[in-house]
Amino acid sequence: MEDSVPVNQKIEHQELGETGRPWEETVTTSQDPELGLSEALELEQRPDTGLQPRSSPPRTPRSGAGTPDRPVDDLVGQRSSFPPSPSQELPSTLSPLALARQDFMAPSQSDKTTSVTSEAETSHFGHLEQLSDKGGSTPHQICQSEGNTFHQPQQTKYPLHDLRGVSHSTSKQKELRFDIFQEDDSNNNYHLDQPESGASEVAPSMLEIAIQNTKAYLLKTSSKSGLNLYDHLSEMLTKVLDQRPENAVDIIENISQDVKMEHFSKKLDTLQNENEMLATYEIAEKQKILFLQGNLEGADQELEDEIAEHALPNIMESAFYFEQAGVGLGTDETYRIFLALKQLTDTHPIQKCRFWGKILGLEMNYIVAEVEFREGEDEEEVEEEDVSEERDNGDSEADEDNEDELPRPFYRAPQAIPKEESRTGANKYVYFVCNEPGRPWVKLPAVTPAQIVIARKIKKFFTGRLDTPIISYPPFPGNESNYLRAQIARISAGTHVSPLGFYHFGEEEGEEEEEIESGRDSFEENPDFEGIQVIDLVESLSNWVHHVQHILPQGRCNWFNPIQKSEEEEEEEDEEKEEEKGEEPDDIEQEVGPPLLTPISEDLEIQNTSPWTTRLSSNLIPQYAIAVLRSNLWPGAYAFSNGKKFENLYIGWGHKYSPDSYTPPVPPPVYQEYPSGPEITEMDDPTVEEEQAFRAAQEAAADSTEENEETEEEEDEEDDYD
Amino acid sequence: MEGRSFGSPWTRLLLATWRALSRAACAMDAESLLLSLELASGSGQGLSPDRRASLLTSLMLVKRDYRFDRVLFWGRILGLVADYYIAQGVSEDQLAPRKTLYSLNCMEWSLLPPATEEMEMQTSVVKGRFMGDPSHEYEHTELQKVNEGEKVFEEEVVVQIKEEKRLVSVIDQIDKAVAVIPRGALFKTPFGPINVNRTFEGLSLSEAKKLSSYFHFREPVELKNKTLLEKAELDPSLDFMDSLEHDIPKGSWSVQMERGNALVVLRSLLWPGLTFYHAPRTKNYGYIYVGTGEKNLDLPFML
Repeated sequence: MEDSVPVNQKIEHQELGETGRPWEETVTTSQDPELGLSEALELEQRPDTGLQPRSSPPRTPRSGAGTPDRPVDDLVGQRSSFPPSPSQELPSTLSPLALARQDFMAPSQSDKTTSVTSEAETSHFGHLEQLSDKGGSTPHQICQSEGNTFHQPQQTKYPLHDLRGVSHSTSKQKELRFDIFQEDDSNNNYHLDQPESGASEVAPSMLEIAIQNTKAYLLKTSSKSGLNLYDHLSEMLTKVLDQRPENAVDIIENISQDVKMEHFSKKLDTLQNENEMLATYEIAEKQKILFLQGNLEGADQELEDEIAEHALPNIMESAFYFEQAGVGLGTDETYRIFLALKQLTDTHPIQKCRFWGKILGLEMNYIVAEVEFREGEDEEEVEEEDVSEERDNGDSEADEDNEDELPRPFYRAPQAIPKEESRTGANKYVYFVCNEPGRPWVKLPAVTPAQIVIARKIKKFFTGRLDTPIISYPPFPGNESNYLRAQIARISAGTHVSPLGFYHFGEEEGEEEEEIESGRDSFEENPDFEGIQVIDLVESLSNWVHHVQHILPQGRCNWFNPIQKSEEEEEEEDEEKEEEKGEEPDDIEQEVGPPLLTPISEDLEIQNTSPWTTRLSSNLIPQYAIAVLRSNLWPGAYAFSNGKKFENLYIGWGHKYSPDSYTPPVPPPVYQEYPSGPEITEMDDPTVEEEQAFRAAQEAAADSTEENEETEEEEDEEDDYD
Repeated sequence: MEGRSFGSPWTRLLLATWRALSRAACAMDAESLLLSLELASGSGQGLSPDRRASLLTSLMLVKRDYRFDRVLFWGRILGLVADYYIAQGVSEDQLAPRKTLYSLNCMEWSLLPPATEEMEMQTSVVKGRFMGDPSHEYEHTELQKVNEGEKVFEEEVVVQIKEEKRLVSVIDQIDKAVAVIPRGALFKTPFGPINVNRTFEGLSLSEAKKLSSYFHFREPVELKNKTLLEKAELDPSLDFMDSLEHDIPKGSWSVQMERGNALVVLRSLLWPGLTFYHAPRTKNYGYIYVGTGEKNLDLPFML
């Protein structure tokens, strides 16, 4: 550390010795001839002593005397545009302005770290003593400091013209606008005069007091931040000098802020994160495709076709209405979803598409689109069904294989209720989900009644990854995609409502009888619908009807008789079935739910909580307000209607509301291990009398072999004794 | 110093707007309400245009009438009949207890009394949804022991609990349980007082994804129970509050990046409806509660 500096300085001083003098003479003569002389002396001395003048012997023994020296080195090193050595980056680096003073004051500022008050008091006296002690050495120091001040402009003459100007003008006491340094400036100037005035010992003490006061003020710690201006300024200047920004004066506010911020920034961990922007770009890249898709297609005819088909819903319009209701995603997100839906309808043969809503997950969310395929274009689905059926068969086969080796469990799973055909009941629509607009749409599998039944009994958060297993009790048949599909079916059945009269049943009267049995499951838009007054929609719930079929407790919308099916399909197991039937009620009552298009005023209350809340979107301008319906059963489900149009939307966690806390169902009672009969029941041991009687009886039996009847009786007795 | 580019005038304007809008707000600052609502819209709960407009107007008047330094929009509690809109007023001292106001129509605001522990005890028995009528009285029957001479009777007493009380208590509970601020937004001086950190420039992207970068905005509870070893890692001027990392049950927060990593959203699963948002590398953060005002006691089963 010390080694590198003197070399630089020697070079420096040699240069000075050669080139510096003419300038010095011009300056010094204008001010003070004596000063010039001392300067010259000083310069001649330096090459001999090397670093000695800088860390002059009288000062080194004193505590911390080295500290104020370094800034000078720093300064000189930097001014002469040598790269600063790392050791020079000390917290106590000072402004160039204060340097001359600092150098001069070195003894008194021995401890920068000591508290303000103690410094103000003790160091001052210390300095006085020191002055008297040192005697002649003090003027020598002064000479040095002046030497430094005056060398600087010269060294930096060419590369840093501005800086020279500043320091030059400083020495000429022109920087009065810096209030803080005002005293310093005057002090500086005072030094210059000092040698002339013969370096009296009283004058520096006055000066010292002033300097101490100033410094004490600067060192005053802020009661808010715990920082002080002195340290802050020195840190700032270190930063400026280290980094050498262009036009430093223009960005000094930012530098100041940065310095303060550094106090709060965490020290960097050695483990660096991988480039965290990658994911950001990835999403942007994916979404870019959405914005480009319009251009790629190009052909006008196709566009016209699409417009004619109405496959794509105008979700911006619905979003506008939902915004009136105080629901909905931001405009930006909605538009992205809009584009994503367009992508979906473009790439799939879709008859009808609807933005169903958004289900929040722990890691990612699901954007759900409700889709109806064009006639005859849902072959994919059939294939999937086959696969799932195969899976079911596989399970049953495995059971049969085990039959020979292992004892067969008495538990028999209840007859699986087949899922509903696509386009009917809970599988009326197909649902596509994606995590974010631009990511691929994934088709959810059709829902099975078992999934709905179990989904009613469990309550789990969605994670956002479709392949997550659902770990729950009772065990859920399937993974998150199945659970999601089941919840979507439940929410749709519970909350999809429309104004009364918007839909009506189809006019296929021939099939009416059948429909009455199974509940009508088809409806169509009523062309004669004239709209309902918004105020009526708000005031009466009976003006709203469900247009999605109620899901029965069985898990299906259309009731399925499990017994019938079992007799037809599984004749082999009929006998066992019948045994079980003895235990179960013989005829299962047909589950009946409310038919389609039932007014929602019929909905059941949840413990004195009405299932729906209606309100007008705005009381201020009621004539243009819309009716808003909020489901209390499924928080997050909303519907609006302006009398003619309506839309349903769900944004939430996908859970049903219940006023009571969730209680997982109790496990079923433990099954009997084996049938308990008299041969395995523990009995009392026979008494002596009984044994004797038995023995007597046996003997009697042995004697009378002829009488068969008797023996049989005895055998009966034997049984008893066993 | 990192090379900062204040490139186009547009960027500069944007930056200026962000800065101007994003003062150290904890709930949503009324002045930056529109921006904050936009940022928190991912949960699907916003305000209708007329509500927004009336809030902007009425909160301004609230600020004047109650002589608040700032007014924060806290959120909305959904009732069966009507919704409560909640705002909080902050006096000169940022961390002094806030005053809470509610309104049913976003124009007329009423001051709520400060929450007390007794109130919390009383209202903890109330279940179900809010009605939306502050004078509504919940009835709760409880068994009380009555001493008459030496005999002790158990008597059924019907306790009437006003909805206003429940409202106060629920708001207080939510604030205590799930009010969140990012790490570094506040700092503590060695002498004790806590100040708003003016130099807070937002969390970095990697920090923003970690729960440890967020603190409960309340007096620390867990911090005292930490071992010396754990405390050694902490910066006393910044880590003076409980971080969300150790919340019980584990996983009671959902952290998501939205808008192409430009926004981090924390959703409380314990109090569903609370959304905290923070745009990384900006001072913009805040939270809003829009929900039924009920705690999710089923959480352990749902994870």
